[in-house]
Amino acid sequence: MVQVKNRHVSSYWIKRIILDCSKRANTGHIGSALSIADIIAALYSDVLKISSPKDPDRDRFVLSKGHAAVALYAALYLKGWISEDEINNYHNDGSTLGVHPDHKVSGIDFSTGSLGMGLSFGAGAALAARLQNSSRRVFVLVSDGECNEGSLWESVIFAAHHKLSNLTVIVDLNGQQALGYTDEVLNLSPLANRWNAFDWNVYDIDGHDTSKIIETIKSLNTQTGQPNVLIAHTVCGKDVSFMEHRIKWHYWPMSDAEYQQALEEIEGKYEKSIL
Amino acid sequence: MRKAFFNTLVELAHQDERIFLLTADLGYMALETFADTFPKRFLNVGVAEQNMVGLATGLAEAGYIPFTYTIAPFSVLRPYEFIRNGPIYHQLSVRIVGIGGGIEYSKDGIAHYGIDDIGVLRVQPGITILTPADYEQASTALSATWNIPGPVYYRLSKDDKSVVKEMNGHFELGRAQIIDKGKDVLIIALGSITHEAVKATDILRQHGIFSTIMIVSCVSPPPIHDIVDTMSRFKFVVTVEAHYIIGGLGSLISEIIVEHGLSCSMIKCGIRNTPNGVCGSQNFIYDMHGLTGERIAEVIRNKIDNISLRK
Repeated sequence: MVQVKNRHVSSYWIKRIILDCSKRANTGHIGSALSIADIIAALYSDVLKISSPKDPDRDRFVLSKGHAAVALYAALYLKGWISEDEINNYHNDGSTLGVHPDHKVSGIDFSTGSLGMGLSFGAGAALAARLQNSSRRVFVLVSDGECNEGSLWESVIFAAHHKLSNLTVIVDLNGQQALGYTDEVLNLSPLANRWNAFDWNVYDIDGHDTSKIIETIKSLNTQTGQPNVLIAHTVCGKDVSFMEHRIKWHYWPMSDAEYQQALEEIEGKYEKSIL
Repeated sequence: MRKAFFNTLVELAHQDERIFLLTADLGYMALETFADTFPKRFLNVGVAEQNMVGLATGLAEAGYIPFTYTIAPFSVLRPYEFIRNGPIYHQLSVRIVGIGGGIEYSKDGIAHYGIDDIGVLRVQPGITILTPADYEQASTALSATWNIPGPVYYRLSKDDKSVVKEMNGHFELGRAQIIDKGKDVLIIALGSITHEAVKATDILRQHGIFSTIMIVSCVSPPPIHDIVDTMSRFKFVVTVEAHYIIGGLGSLISEIIVEHGLSCSMIKCGIRNTPNGVCGSQNFIYDMHGLTGERIAEVIRNKIDNISLRK
């Protein structure tokens, strides 16, 4: 049961909600969600300018790796855009909070779930912002496995050619995909070089250092020049020892004992004051 | 049809700044007027149809009415999943324009044939599918639908000259157009192949067989009332389409016959097999697939010899 008294976006609460929701729903994709929890925390605590999910001039966010949606739901709940009933109804019959995000949910701009599409939606949104002389920005979070998709590179080429500096991509580089490690399935290493070769401004960062993520994004030139990509080095299953780097935790749900251990490990990582 | 469509689009774009035109590097001598008149609302996105539909989705979410343009199979089949998950699922006002629907690029081979575009789109409930029969109707259909909610697919012909005389360019969403009023056979034609249906009617008339032609230029939402009302007066119906017989007009009419308990026999004139790699003029390829006016008339005459015509 998710119940946060003083809702505010933080890495701890996002991870905690990922575990709680995933356990109650007995579902997987936990490793993928923990992989992006710190990135989501950075975006929703101090990056995205969204006065209301219905504001047409809000920043847009596309979770192109839609299978990690529970991390996003956690942030939307902590922002107050989805209710306690909704978050606690995650995956239940009749819930709109499914495995992948749906735009009918308050705070979700684009439905995703099929990899390789989100960046094209985001590039269109960034182009629209420029045409409308708006300073709003567009952020797209993709996975490293998603970079297997040819369609993603169509959008990469387009955004660079049109110098969509208001578009920022974050690549969740955890080195894993559904059935194996990315360098064994389709090796794109070093991924930063690939994006660089396509004429993007590339920033290699620690994808679990929320302060650094925020600082890097705030330092970007969004007025002119090339689009920006943060190659965020992450760990699939971050902060849960038995999940980290394990392929199994792309899909696997937790047992009761595993859930208890995961909770203890996550809580052990953070100061008591924020728990 | 292409000229009329884009001339109308230019007129509409003068009235509404939301109209935006994207092309995947096709449209030589077709898009220049729009591009020159509205350079800030025109973009060649390169040979990248999936990205084009994704971009259109992002633009439409921000309030634009983007039109995507390329040859029919490239406009629908390559980015099909993008169309499905993007404009259809989000119910955004993206307009997919496919030129050369059917086998108009007859010498270019199957890659350029739009013979399954209707079939794959028709299964999606959330998209309007329009197949104008001539250039006049391409213009009126666009004028009637450019700003309706949700996505639209326009299947256009390259023919800028021929007209279906009695139709007078009439178009109404969810309606069919009926020309000739013969009582022996009902020919139902999909979009621009209506010209062959008209030829068949002329031939049949010389043999004392009188046809009604129903033109289906609005496939989705289907003109169910018109189809049921008209078909109920006939024992024998022929569908004509430059499309596989599965998934397109023939399938639509079959579904309506069954769902409404109509008692008429039916022949589907359309493409039955994967094209065999032989190229030629459109008329030559039509003939191979039994889609010329002469071949359609022949099929009807053979059938009529075997049945008692009138209800």
